[in-house]
Amino acid sequence: MTSMALLDHEHRWLDGESGIAMQLAMQLLVSAATVSGATELVEIEMAHLNSCHYSGQMSLDFAELLLADRVEFAVPAHSNASLVSCSSPDFRPEQVSPVAVAGARRVMEIYEELGCSAMWTCAPYQQHEGRVGLGDHVVGSESNAVGFTNSVLGARTNKYGDLLDVAGALVGRVPLAGLHTDSGRRATHVFDVSALDTATLADPNTPHLLGVVIGREVGNQIAAIVGLPAATEDELKALTSAAAAAGGVALIHVVGITPEAQTLETATQSSDPTSVTVVTPDRLAAAEALLTNAMGHEPLRAVCVGTPHFSVAECIETIDRFAGRRVAPGISFIATTSRATATELELRGLGTALAEVGVEVVLDTCSYYPPHPPAIDGLTLTNSAKWAYYGQGMLDVPVGFTSLERCVESAVAGEWLR
Amino acid sequence: MIELAGTWLVPGRFEGSVLRLDEPLSFWGGVDPGSGEIIDRAHPQNGERFGGRVVVMPGSRGSSGTPGVLGEALRLGTGPSALVITKPDINLVAGSLAATTLYDARCPVLLVADEWFERLETGDLVTAETTVESV
Repeated sequence: MTSMALLDHEHRWLDGESGIAMQLAMQLLVSAATVSGATELVEIEMAHLNSCHYSGQMSLDFAELLLADRVEFAVPAHSNASLVSCSSPDFRPEQVSPVAVAGARRVMEIYEELGCSAMWTCAPYQQHEGRVGLGDHVVGSESNAVGFTNSVLGARTNKYGDLLDVAGALVGRVPLAGLHTDSGRRATHVFDVSALDTATLADPNTPHLLGVVIGREVGNQIAAIVGLPAATEDELKALTSAAAAAGGVALIHVVGITPEAQTLETATQSSDPTSVTVVTPDRLAAAEALLTNAMGHEPLRAVCVGTPHFSVAECIETIDRFAGRRVAPGISFIATTSRATATELELRGLGTALAEVGVEVVLDTCSYYPPHPPAIDGLTLTNSAKWAYYGQGMLDVPVGFTSLERCVESAVAGEWLR
Repeated sequence: MIELAGTWLVPGRFEGSVLRLDEPLSFWGGVDPGSGEIIDRAHPQNGERFGGRVVVMPGSRGSSGTPGVLGEALRLGTGPSALVITKPDINLVAGSLAATTLYDARCPVLLVADEWFERLETGDLVTAETTVESV
């Protein structure tokens, strides 16, 4: 079936000698190599798995097969966010969506039993175990994590769909293709932001909007940004998550900032780019218009932040912005984050600081996808382009995109302060 | 009956009536596996059902959830009898392979040249079979 060089034990797995789960894993990897034109496999350091996010009966049946065959991961495997929050079970109540919630719980149990770490976060790169290094080959599956891992950490992953992510983690090798290769990481589309003024570049919404502009322009190709003077990790997270949501972008080189882009020539590997786009305030405004479908006069019902999962710095900024004031009655202010971030806040004596001002901290999951969280039942504000992009369709509520500062002020006032 | 030829991504044989999708389709959110119906309102074939037809399509639009939705449709018997695609697509292959392992449900996947995609129309009768040489 293949001319690809496999190791002896991989041949045996492919022949089914270690059970049908390993056989399926090998079939998936060999097919992936065929599809991508790879002739060899490359060793990986870790895997971040989206297959442990329940997506229907097959994701559960696949997990049960892994358990029945008692498979072992060849590399450290970490869990992406789940449908359910173990700390806030009422966020998606079982009585409202019994099949999905029970299925998600069972899938979580199985992956933990198989030795997958219980990170349950879309932002594994915000904690030590998920922080891989420049040039490391890994398996990423969640779109923002793939973008951040490639762009900001300089580690190498394609965007692996469900099942294939697990196959890579079980075998410990993946096809050497696409973003795993040097030539596959060449920026083909350049975005010049040097025409934007200082105030625009400093605006917290700008990284989100720039990500949307890039995603819509390049689809799943590779971009380079020139002219951005500085960016924090949280801003790069906003940029890469927005570009992944708007277009499927898996790698953005930010010249002078990200590790494979000391210069534009490094990022483009000295080739002529396919396109050069000068980013104007008009382009950013057009992106911003896509992120808000609310009329603005609807009663404010919810504020959702933490897509991707909030960092410690973002949680602290939120606490500071409330400055002791509280979320107005009748409004749900939901901050999604990871267990690791919650633990870090506790260590800093801030374990209850968000709850004290009326913010509901929800771990393990995100708020933009179905089953519909009952708390999100009308006009919802978010500071995340990714949430705004998906939430409009998946939850069918009016959405307003605005800064964290405006999110907090609106929640305190009880109405959207535009 | 039109005989198709190409590269088998999932080997097998099929014979049936074509459902041609003019654009790539996102299975997650775009297909109801319970009925096999395309529910993406922006897709030109919105409202069509796979219903055991040979689905000819350019590929899927990138979602991690594609294998799960295709596999679920195959489990429930609402999926395509085969997929004929013009762009290599591992997520469709993964859904098909897993459905075979888990449910003994078969959905061969054949990669064909763009000319086939231009030529085939919904309702055409097509067939193809894996031979030793074509694997």
